[in-house]
Amino acid sequence: MLSVKHLIDTTSLTADDITQILDTAKSFDPIVNGRNIKKVPALRGRTIVNLFLEPSTRTLKSFELAEKRLSADSISMGGATSSVVKGESLADTIQTIDAMKVDMFVVRARLAGTPQVITQNTDAIVINGGDGKHQHPTQAMLDLYTIREHFGHLDGLKVAIVGDLAHSRVCGSLAPALKTMGADVTLVAPPTFQVGDPSWFGCNQTNHLDDVIEDMDVIYMLRVQLERMEGAAIPSRREYNRLYGLSLEREARMKDNAIICHPGPMNRGMEIDAEVADCARSRILNQVNAGVLTRMAEMYLLMGGEE
Amino acid sequence: MDQAILKAVIMDEQAMDRAITRIAHEIIEHNEGADSIALVGILRRGVPLAERLADKIEAIEGVRPKIGKLDISFYRDDFSSHIAPVLHATEIMFPIDGVDIVLVDDVLYTGRTIRAALDALMDYGRAKSVQLAVMVDRGHRELPIRADYVGKNVPSSHDEDVRVSVTPLDEKNSVEIWGIDKSLGGAK
Repeated sequence: MLSVKHLIDTTSLTADDITQILDTAKSFDPIVNGRNIKKVPALRGRTIVNLFLEPSTRTLKSFELAEKRLSADSISMGGATSSVVKGESLADTIQTIDAMKVDMFVVRARLAGTPQVITQNTDAIVINGGDGKHQHPTQAMLDLYTIREHFGHLDGLKVAIVGDLAHSRVCGSLAPALKTMGADVTLVAPPTFQVGDPSWFGCNQTNHLDDVIEDMDVIYMLRVQLERMEGAAIPSRREYNRLYGLSLEREARMKDNAIICHPGPMNRGMEIDAEVADCARSRILNQVNAGVLTRMAEMYLLMGGEE
Repeated sequence: MDQAILKAVIMDEQAMDRAITRIAHEIIEHNEGADSIALVGILRRGVPLAERLADKIEAIEGVRPKIGKLDISFYRDDFSSHIAPVLHATEIMFPIDGVDIVLVDDVLYTGRTIRAALDALMDYGRAKSVQLAVMVDRGHRELPIRADYVGKNVPSSHDEDVRVSVTPLDEKNSVEIWGIDKSLGGAK
């Protein structure tokens, strides 16, 4: 059983919580990846609402598949089709859905803090599917799972997270979770993309990818949102690629057993070169596979915790 | 606080070994050999018991049946009140279609574990038949399920605890009954 009722952020999770999630996900692996019948009846009769107030394809589909494989009943609502667009307040939307008796909300929102607010308007369990620049805890769990599958452990690993850290909920969840599990985290970004606080979660910080790439066990590339360039946070696509892009030349300097991760969707040729995304070190598709397993684990453990 | 005490040792190492030998013979007799069968142990204590049975069957027939492990956590009907602290992945590394499967567990009680195991097994394929071997049948069934092979029938009351120990999971091989000693004033 987890120590939290909802999954809102990774900073509330203990090392034991994270280990439980990863171990449970591992036990779903032979079911999802080894059987013709890829589902179990664990959440039969439970109702889950995927409330995606911000567009998403991969996270939503990953949750939907995880729900189906646990035999839960689920419906998905999008921003464009929801009453929030018609001017209904979020609290009213939640209470309306809640009145139809649901057991869990999975929430994706543009505004940081939305999942937390929803917990105050329902008795149902809430999972944060990504809120603004705040947190994306289920992404962090699938990342940890992928890394642990490769190395067999997380403690002592050197992990570089590279890219637009300041605007990244992926980094916001992943870095603290890695630290909780005893990994050594280095944040790599141009000054305009660095997290503001130099002592943030005890992570090392640098502006130079070339200084650290040979030491790292994991290079985690973040997606650079192209619209950021208009804000002049970075001068040009080409310059970013030259200084921070994961090229074949940089890939060749990585440790023998080191791996590459990326949360997707990728900008090939921007933060990661096309050949590198498909190279033997790349764990990008493993991450996608792990997404279903870890989301199943989170839903199973949170639902099992209720009386 | 009620103190659980050891009330009786029902089976010791030797008794368990004899029971396993007998069950091995019964399985072979019923299935006319060991060629068509596979043993699936229900985690956790069903697994070492299945290993022991396989050893005996191999010694008698010269054929070692395949062994699988089944974790039924995701198939339980009391999931919201009973979540397993540690899950052990199911490993059935062979196709079960057309195979005579012998499910192996330590204690048969309400029958709900076996119900869950049957559901889980169906998701792996269509076995030719499913049989059930248990070390102890303690009664109190809540579902219409019975064992084909039983080490020992142990009449028990609900407030007693029937504990089966199997090496190497436990330090010894035994079947014990534990209960609350009401004479010590522990009764609520």
